[in-house]
Amino acid sequence: MAEKTMRDAINEALHQAMAADDSVFVIGEDVAGCNGSPSGKVGEVGGVFGVTTGLYKAFGPNRCIDTPISESAIVGAAAGAALVGMRPVAEIMFADFIGVCMDQIVNQMGKFRYMFGGKSTCPAVIRFAAGGGFSAAGQHSQAMYQIMTSFPGLKVVVPSNAYDAKGLLLQAIADDDPVLFFEPKVLYQEACEVPDEMYTIPFGEAAFVREGDDCTVVAFGQMVPRAAQAIDMLEAEGISCDLIDPRTTSPLDTAAILESVEATGRLVVVDEAPPRCGLTADIAGLAADKAFSSLKGPIKQVCAPHSPTPFSPELEAAYIPDAGKIITAIKETMA
Amino acid sequence: MSLDKAALLRAYRQMKTIREFEDRTHVEIMNGQIAGFTHLYTGQEANAVGVCEHLSDDDAIISTHRGHGHCIAKGADVMGMMAELFGSSEGLCKGKGGSMHVADVDKGILGANGIVAGGPPISVGAALAAKIRDNGCVSISFSGDGSVNQGTCFEAMNMAVVLQVPAVFVIENNYYSEHTNIEYAVGCDDLKARTESFGFPVFVADGSDFFSVYEAAGKAIAHARDGNGPAGVFAEMGRFHGHFVGDPEHYRAEGEVKDLRENACCLKNFRARMAETGDLEQSELDAIDAEVMTLIEQAVSAAKSAARPTPEQVTEDVYINYGAA
Ligand SMILES: Cc1ncc(C[n+]2csc(CCOP(=O)(O)OP(=O)(O)O)c2C)c(N)n1
Repeated sequence: MAEKTMRDAINEALHQAMAADDSVFVIGEDVAGCNGSPSGKVGEVGGVFGVTTGLYKAFGPNRCIDTPISESAIVGAAAGAALVGMRPVAEIMFADFIGVCMDQIVNQMGKFRYMFGGKSTCPAVIRFAAGGGFSAAGQHSQAMYQIMTSFPGLKVVVPSNAYDAKGLLLQAIADDDPVLFFEPKVLYQEACEVPDEMYTIPFGEAAFVREGDDCTVVAFGQMVPRAAQAIDMLEAEGISCDLIDPRTTSPLDTAAILESVEATGRLVVVDEAPPRCGLTADIAGLAADKAFSSLKGPIKQVCAPHSPTPFSPELEAAYIPDAGKIITAIKETMA
Repeated sequence: MSLDKAALLRAYRQMKTIREFEDRTHVEIMNGQIAGFTHLYTGQEANAVGVCEHLSDDDAIISTHRGHGHCIAKGADVMGMMAELFGSSEGLCKGKGGSMHVADVDKGILGANGIVAGGPPISVGAALAAKIRDNGCVSISFSGDGSVNQGTCFEAMNMAVVLQVPAVFVIENNYYSEHTNIEYAVGCDDLKARTESFGFPVFVADGSDFFSVYEAAGKAIAHARDGNGPAGVFAEMGRFHGHFVGDPEHYRAEGEVKDLRENACCLKNFRARMAETGDLEQSELDAIDAEVMTLIEQAVSAAKSAARPTPEQVTEDVYINYGAA
């Protein structure tokens, strides 16, 4: 099987989904690129991270649509098109820009199905480049999936590798509900084996990235490879851990998490977002509520401190959890 | 509009400082010394300086992701800015903000902004404060041709008219938003007319010519300062670099940047004008060039040896600190 980067895997999924279904289209700022420019090289760009490269050339201006800088209109247009049966895949570039189009996502597309008495669906996907790691500072580094998980009606996906990204995106496009698809941007260049053919990964099914007896580690997005690194380092000390990557935060595979915690008796939850009202607290709460009697040590949360994301490389390195912090947390819960 | 010699020298010095700051920043990024995403203002200097020459520290500006020029023109400390770009704790924002978030509130610089069209609504707030305090101050928002397609921009413009506040919307048309041309992204043929239809006058300038901007901005700012509500400045100029450092610039016409550098360079334009009027000697301008080069050199070497932030500083300046995660 060929190795592909997460960028290429997502790109392949988009190509295949558009080829397979005429109702799928891509819309967003510079998803084609160079529109209106004197170079005449329309379609040369493919998004600022290159994820939509080649779609314009393959599918033309009706299905790979550049927009003005108007995020509310992009999301609203995707929502409206989805309400009438299309399957749009909108791109909002940096996840931080959710701030600009929050209403269209949360109050509009996320509530159609419920508020209309279950009579309508909104099969739109919104893609975002999420998270820190590029010294992009406070307005271009946030994960955002943790906050979006709190809104019922939205499905939230956070892949941590190229294989999952392709399967989850194809599932997202096929899904009848609005799906927010968060691509950890530091992982775009990471490669693993990815099948050429189309395949889907169901939502709400966690992946067991490592299996072990001493502690359950739950990690999201770019924290998954870091947690794997930490766990591999602990192996030398005779400590083995389950590493669970939920892959979708909504729906969340609570059964997998609880089953593992009941077996290991310990839980460390890792996320790159700030701690308050976040995913680590959510899952710690779940375990405390449902698996308390099996716990043999304190639940540990590893996440960013309660602050915006700093610019300075040293500060950002101190901000985003690393393998060292994850190891410390695992040892603390085992002490 | 006549400018005395000191003003002319200052205007040239400011434009040259921005140019050298940007060109040197480009070099340092290529050398791997500056992290993050950086958007350079080279080619647009005349616009920032032509506007800010009308302002005092009590007037406010809000800038964009391409903010270095606006901040320097408004009087931000160049040493502190360079240290900020290098991510030092001695930087203007203690290394927390970097290129896209340079701010210096004491100088009326309410921050560069990484959210396209995040600025115009905030500038309406600063203008509203000026109106309530009745202090004769104005508030300027700089934003690009791309920003005017954002709802926040529309809302800010309309509310500024409704509230009759001294807000000045400076639209910098450099033709591109990222990789998309204004021809595609703005649906109407006449952006000036569209802006004016919010109900305030818009003054047009050649953004590569300091004098043209100075004059247009002077009218807009006087309009706002005199209590007539908001106004706009609409300036066209090319940017000499890519959207961000590292942009392959597929959208450019062949020879476009070369042509801009040759024929639409504010520094060349300024020198040509001085040669024509005789208001300043070329040797006086050469002397400024040399001083600016020294300043930027000092700023870079100081930034390189400036203190690095410590991990504990991550949670400094948050109103509440729950301790390390
Ligand atoms: C809300 C939001 N959407 C998108 C972006 C990504 N982005 C950064 S700069 C830019 C283009 C801005 O174009 P323009 O306003 O013309 O300013 P210029 O870059 O030309 O100076 C875009 C789309 C952003 N930073 N914020």
